[in-house]
Amino acid sequence: MTRTASLAIARTVGRLSRRLGRGGGTSAPGKVLLRMRPGAIEELAAGLPMGSLVISATNGKTTTARLVAACMGAEGWRVLGNPAGANLLSGVATALLDGSARRPRPQVGLFEVDEFALPEVARRLRPRVLVLMNLFRDQLDRYGELEAIADAWAAMVRDLPGDTVLVLNADDPAVAELGHGTTRRVVYFGIDDPSAALPELPHAADSTRCRHCAAPLAYDRVVLGHMGDWHCTACDRRRPAPDVRATRVTLDGTTGLDLEIATPDGPVSAPVAVPGMHNAYNATAAAAAAIALGIAPSRIGPALASADAAFGRAERVRVDGREAVLLLAKNPAGANVTVQTVLLDPDPLHLLVALNDRTADGHDVSWIWDVDYEPLLPRLERLTVTGDRAYDMALRFVYAGLDRERVTVLERPEAALDAALAALPDGRTLYVLPTYTAMLGLREVLVRRGAAEAFWHDS
Amino acid sequence: MAVLRVCHLYPGELNIYADRGNIAVLRRRLEWRGHTLAVTEAGIGDPIPADHDLYYLGGGQDRDQLVVARDLPATKADALRSAMADGAVLLAVCGGFQLAGHGYTAVDGSRMPGIGVLDADTVAGPTRLIGDLVIEAELEGERRRVVGFENHAGRTTLGPGSVPLGRVVSGHGNNGTDGGEGAVTGRAIGTYLHGPLLPKNPWLADTVIRWGLEHAGGAAVTLDPLPDDLEESAHAAAAARAGVRR
Repeated sequence: MTRTASLAIARTVGRLSRRLGRGGGTSAPGKVLLRMRPGAIEELAAGLPMGSLVISATNGKTTTARLVAACMGAEGWRVLGNPAGANLLSGVATALLDGSARRPRPQVGLFEVDEFALPEVARRLRPRVLVLMNLFRDQLDRYGELEAIADAWAAMVRDLPGDTVLVLNADDPAVAELGHGTTRRVVYFGIDDPSAALPELPHAADSTRCRHCAAPLAYDRVVLGHMGDWHCTACDRRRPAPDVRATRVTLDGTTGLDLEIATPDGPVSAPVAVPGMHNAYNATAAAAAAIALGIAPSRIGPALASADAAFGRAERVRVDGREAVLLLAKNPAGANVTVQTVLLDPDPLHLLVALNDRTADGHDVSWIWDVDYEPLLPRLERLTVTGDRAYDMALRFVYAGLDRERVTVLERPEAALDAALAALPDGRTLYVLPTYTAMLGLREVLVRRGAAEAFWHDS
Repeated sequence: MAVLRVCHLYPGELNIYADRGNIAVLRRRLEWRGHTLAVTEAGIGDPIPADHDLYYLGGGQDRDQLVVARDLPATKADALRSAMADGAVLLAVCGGFQLAGHGYTAVDGSRMPGIGVLDADTVAGPTRLIGDLVIEAELEGERRRVVGFENHAGRTTLGPGSVPLGRVVSGHGNNGTDGGEGAVTGRAIGTYLHGPLLPKNPWLADTVIRWGLEHAGGAAVTLDPLPDDLEESAHAAAAARAGVRR
């Protein structure tokens, strides 16, 4: 089949998929296209004159992509991105397909890619810049084990073209190791604010052994999860000196944060509209990516300041006259930073926690027992739990020490949302902590009520 | 009021399947009845405290499990075997189950020896056995449904010195072929069920608590019933996920 015919058929699939209401057709057209033309990604990617930037991590892909998009937009570049949730090979192919029909043509690709799908996507896309941010324990039933992903990434990095620039998190030992001994250009980023330190490694900390020699790692400073100023207790591996480093991080409650970042090209200073230390990492990663692309620091700060939250990631909505914030929490590390962020609100807390166990969430819900929910207990005014596995979440809080009478279980998400909103005092915020598909379900309700925009409009 | 002394083995290495959830369940179900849990953690290089009632061994990533397997014979295996002979309880989950048996043979043929408290031996298989798991368990002649999740590459077969914890109703179990799940010898239990194991299976939790208290006090124990409404609902949801109703 000719290239033109393949593209036309695949586009028709996209239109049909959208008309049938199958979630915006963000993956199906690419799947069809790759079936007909296995080399489609390589061909279409060659049509992007400035190449592609690819972002992968367990946590923070979507928010970081949004921040990088703002930097690219500030340069006036026409950016082709993939929507969050369409981050496998088929999603990237669909985005490239859509981009090839756009006039004027997009100049640069910006793709967030699932950490498991990344090696195959990178092999085909041959990215100009590859941003790798973190590896946390996530959805073990789908991925096998953390070490296996780190091994797959290491093999991928060896096979990348020599001119691919790596942007690596110096504070994550498994990610930083990927830059060890390479001759290609590496831009390391990290957080260097001495006040951004936890008293100890949290329970869910992963990767506390050296990737090189398996000896235990030691930390002079822990910033988040297993990330911080680390060194191996046996061999010469230690945190590389970051090129792009956040020298001051000021958390501004549950609404945002202020950053001062030192870069080789000059300082960047910006308020960012997403809260919590994890978003300080995301914004620093975005700044490092922008530096790798040659964007001037004077443009990066205002661009970071102009970006708003991605859907479901600290997304603030007004529904039925009340305020709710959606904070996606899909694995222990992500949920831990979400808990820490919610605790920045000084008022008694109203929480809606939604736990699903579908494929995109991970079928194994045991991860909720690795989350440190305990600090919420003395601050909780009301807890509502919902989702396919609502009772598992109820047990998590009851065995943390919450009276079982104080947990409201409503398996249907819409009923749970209504009950939680109805119980919310005036002027307070409802914090919603959903897993991925639970977040999509709740957002559908919000879209129907005019409180949020459909996700495929959000790219 | 009694104190149950639990020794949590390798909490830093063997914790991948939310093993601390099992410890939390032991703690609360004791506290709700007026008893107390005392936990001693024993990591790499630490000697095993001998005077404990229940020893807990969780699951880990391959690399961590290898580190543990090197440490076990050096510092803990003998003490654990004599604690079992003395009537203490062992609860071993996933990788811990494999280590409680005779050992694990990896794909490359290398051998990771276990402590041999359970008559079970494990060989790596070509695929991981992953998914919801429901079994009909039997302990002391009582049969109950136990639910959870399994994720293991090892295929475990039992010798005559152990009986399975239960028969697979839905899922893979020890090896995906013989219908058995887990292993029991005396008061040592090994299982691939996590999720974690104990929150959704209060009967099993109370059985090991009772055994532990009996070891502590040297006399038979009857536990007061607890309100298990949320536990039973979570149990039913997990069973339904595995396609098992009622």
